Formats: sequence, C-alpha cells, structure tokens
Amino acid sequence: MRVRAVVGRIGFYVLISLITAFMAIPVLWLLFAPFDRTPSLSTSLPEWTWQNFTGLLANPYALTSLGNSVLLALGSMVLVTVLGALAAYALSRVRIPGRDGLLYALLLLSSIVTGTAAMVPIFLLMFELNLIDSQLGVVLVLSGGLLPAAIFILKDFMDGTPRSYEESARVFGAGPLQILRDIVLPVVRPGIATIAVWTVVNGWGNFLTPFILLRSPEKSPAAVVLYTFYTEGGQANLGLISAFSLLYSIPVVAMYVFVNRRYGFRFHGGIKR
Amino acid sequence: MAPTTSPPADLAPPREVATDAAGLGRVRASAFVAPGLALVGVFLVFPALWTLYLGLTNYRLTGIAAASPRFVGLDNYTTALGDPEFLNALWLTLLYVLGSAVIGQTILGFVLAWTMRTVHRTVRTVVESLVMLAWILPSSVVAFLWIAMLDRDSGTLNALLGTPGMAWLIDHPLLSIVVFNTWRGTAFSMLLFSAALGGVPPSQLETARMAGASGWQQLRDVVFPHIRGHILTNLLLISLWTFNDFSPYLITAGGPDNRSETLPIFVYQTAIFDGQLGFGTAISLLMLLINLVLAVVYLRLLRERRS
Repeated sequence: MRVRAVVGRIGFYVLISLITAFMAIPVLWLLFAPFDRTPSLSTSLPEWTWQNFTGLLANPYALTSLGNSVLLALGSMVLVTVLGALAAYALSRVRIPGRDGLLYALLLLSSIVTGTAAMVPIFLLMFELNLIDSQLGVVLVLSGGLLPAAIFILKDFMDGTPRSYEESARVFGAGPLQILRDIVLPVVRPGIATIAVWTVVNGWGNFLTPFILLRSPEKSPAAVVLYTFYTEGGQANLGLISAFSLLYSIPVVAMYVFVNRRYGFRFHGGIKR
Repeated sequence: MAPTTSPPADLAPPREVATDAAGLGRVRASAFVAPGLALVGVFLVFPALWTLYLGLTNYRLTGIAAASPRFVGLDNYTTALGDPEFLNALWLTLLYVLGSAVIGQTILGFVLAWTMRTVHRTVRTVVESLVMLAWILPSSVVAFLWIAMLDRDSGTLNALLGTPGMAWLIDHPLLSIVVFNTWRGTAFSMLLFSAALGGVPPSQLETARMAGASGWQQLRDVVFPHIRGHILTNLLLISLWTFNDFSPYLITAGGPDNRSETLPIFVYQTAIFDGQLGFGTAISLLMLLINLVLAVVYLRLLRERRS
C-alpha cells in the first residue's frame, strides 16, 4: 500500500513536470533568442548581446508598426469604453422599452458575429465605404466587435453600484452628465479598467482585421508586420523577429500582471475575443 | 408654466423614480445608448445581415461580376455542398475543434485545475503563469514560436525527441495545429474548472475518501455531478472560439495541399484572396449559423442556471 502511494505520488509529479515542460518549452525561445548573438530556431542559452534590439531601430517598419498598434489599440479602447460606459449606464438606470431583449441580442451577437465569420461582409462594407487601407476603418470594426460584450459587462458593474450617491448629487443640482463623470465613473472604475485593458489587449493582438483591411506596410500594426517578417521570402532574420516579438509581447504581459495585481482576475465567462 | 409640463411627483410611477437615480429620463437615456448601438449596428449587425443577401449573388472583387453582381439564388450553397475543398475544410474544422478544444483543452484544463489544488504554492504559481502566458501572448508571436519549435532542421522538438529532419508542419499539419491550439487555449478551461472545483463541498470529498473511494471514484461520483454545468459551458465556449480561430493560418496557411485548411482559412482564401466574394459569403453564412446554434444553446444554459 505504501509503495503504491509512493509510485502514485511520483507519477503525479512526472505528469506535472511533463505539462510544465509542454507549456514552457515554446516560450523559452522568446526569452533567449532576442539576446543571442547568433540566434537560431532552436532554444539555447544566448551569447549575450543587445544588437538584435539595435537592429530593430534600423528596420523601417518595426517601430512604426508598434506605433500603429498603439494607435489602433488606444483608438478602440477610447471608443469602446466611452460608448460602452454611456450605454451601460443608461441601460442600468432607465427601463428603456425592450431593454432585456436588447441585452440578450447584444450578448448573442458578440459571440456569433466573429471577425472570421464576418470577414467577407466586413471587407466588402469597408470597400464600399472607402475605408480600405484606413486605420480609422480598423478601429471602427474592432470597436463594433468588442462593444456588445463591453456594454454587457459594464452594465453588470453599474448595476452593482449604490444609487444613493446619485440621488444626493441630484438633490444638490448636478446634471446627468456631471453625475456620470463625478460620481458613477469613480465608483465603477474597476469595471472601466477591466474593459479598457481587455479592449487594448484585443486590439493589440488582433491580426485578421488589419491584415484584411490595411494595404500599406507603413500603416500596419505589429501583428501584421511581424507576420510579414517571417513569411516574406529569403532567409528569415531571426534576430529581428525574436527581438521584435519580445518587444511586442511585453505590453500585454505587463497589462495582465497589472490587472491581476490591482483588481484580481475577475472571471467573466465569455470574455476574450 | 412649469407645473403643467412636469407631472406632480406622486403621479410618477414609483419604480421609475427608484431606479433612475440620476434623473436621466428616457430621452436622454436613449441618447446615451444610441452612439454605441449605431456603431454595433453598422459594423456588426449590418454585415451579418448583409451575408443573407450577398450569399445569393455572384459578387466578385474584379471582373464583370464586380461591376454588376447577378442574383444566382442558392447556387453558391449547392456549389459549396458539392465542392470537395469546402467539404474538406468542414471536416478538418470538425477534427480541429474535436481534437484541440473538446479533447485537448478540456482534458488538459481539467487535469491542471485538479492537480494544482494540492501542489505547493510556488509550483502552482509557476505552472499557472505559464498557462496564462500562452493564452495572452499575441497570436503572431505564438505562431512563430511554434514554427520555430516544429522546424525540420533546427527545431527544439526534433532535438528533444531525437528525430532530426522530421518535418512536423509538412507531414502532420493538422496534428501540429491541434497541439498548438491545445497549448494556446488551455488557460480558459483551467480557470473555469478551478472556479468550478472551488464549489465542490470539501465535506463530500472527505466522506468519499473515508469510505475508501479511489481518486477516479471520487471524481466520478462526487466531482463530476457538481461541475456538469461548467463542463458543458466550457465545451460550448471553447468550441465556438476554436471553430472561429484564424491562427492556424499564421502557422501553416492551410497547407500543404489544404491539409490544415480549416473553414476560416478556406473563407479567407476563396473570398479575400481569390476574390469570389459571393461564394465566400455563402460559406460565411454557414459559419454564422453554426455559431448561432452554439451560442443559443450556451445562453439557454446560462439562463437556466441563473433562475
């Protein structure tokens, strides 16, 4: 019986080690290759150098594409949080006719009309609106896709805030917009932050939408430019790819750590894409 | 004048007063909701509805059909159902969802959630961080990490297994993307099952253990009945996401010989790349319908659990 327990325990740790290895091995390359003088596709401890990062500065598209990613991510973030917060607040506080049906439809939509399933009509729509190769077009499409879930989640947060503050503010003569800005927003800040980070992470990582809608490399975000780095013909420049991948990954990891520390990881079923 | 336009306070419905604390009123509330709905309407609802019409035309990006698209009825759908490439894509998508989501992510996610309850905190933090990392890194980055790992000549996997020259992406493209997506998406199942396992009463597990139930018996008789709803939720959501996942394109681009061409890649290749927009839209509509079925089942489940 004791032997069996020991064997079981060993088996248990072997299983955990195997899973850990499976999860860790692909990522190791991202940690080592950027600092390697002669990076290859295999993972090995680097001969330390910063030259891959200085090489990035020389590439005409690398840094601009990170700027483009910031633009797309922040643009969608502003649109989604502002429009989402306004709509969620109104839906939470006022019984607009058909509200529940609307919320249900929004939730349904956000899961059905995905970027992949709707890529053809979206492409065609942007073509007709003359928004192909326009960053504004990408921001609008990204925001439209993220807003339903954002409204739904923000409404949950708004529902959970006490109304007595607003009532007192109203007694002292504050207008609705003023109440929203000075009273409601500070109270639901965790909700707004969650949605803001969620939008930024989605906009930052999204590949398909800019891949389809943008034509010029100087307007493309890092997701697309990185892809062209490793698919364009000839010998892939591994120093450039690895350093760029790392630089491009750091913001999302940092934001995840920040949210996790600050607010704890609140679990919203269905959030993510 | 003022008294005639605003009704006496005691006539207003009491419920309205109680909820609308900021005095928004319906008009202003609608104005708050309108911009968001307009954006969703134009860039999400309209495209979805437009597929209903577009799928019935021979719309193309260039050529004669681009200038004056013709109504072709259900031709696109009959063509699709007889098109071996479409059927191939549908079959591969099914295998991809089954292999990476239903089997891979669910089982690995559950194993992680189950084992991580009893290990040391440091081990737990390390393992969970790695699983989360795979989930949050941008898809272009993880795609290249896997290209590098599975490379024929200098990939880490061949070095580890001692199989030099094994071209995983060419010989086993579907298996490669299935394993990739299992790695990529397990975090969600792990998180969901961790939360679910937290709701299993420890006293019941304790009782089962006292009665001499083996690990498997505990799982079967105590744990699974408790988390059945979560398992179903998990299956529906990850199937939906995996079904719509475009990231295999970044690794294999559907090749070689369409052997990893799932539906999203097929739509991209036919509609955007080859410019057959009408035909591509017809396939998109089929995808939207499959999504609709999965989502409706999920929401119904959610509502039942809440009430």
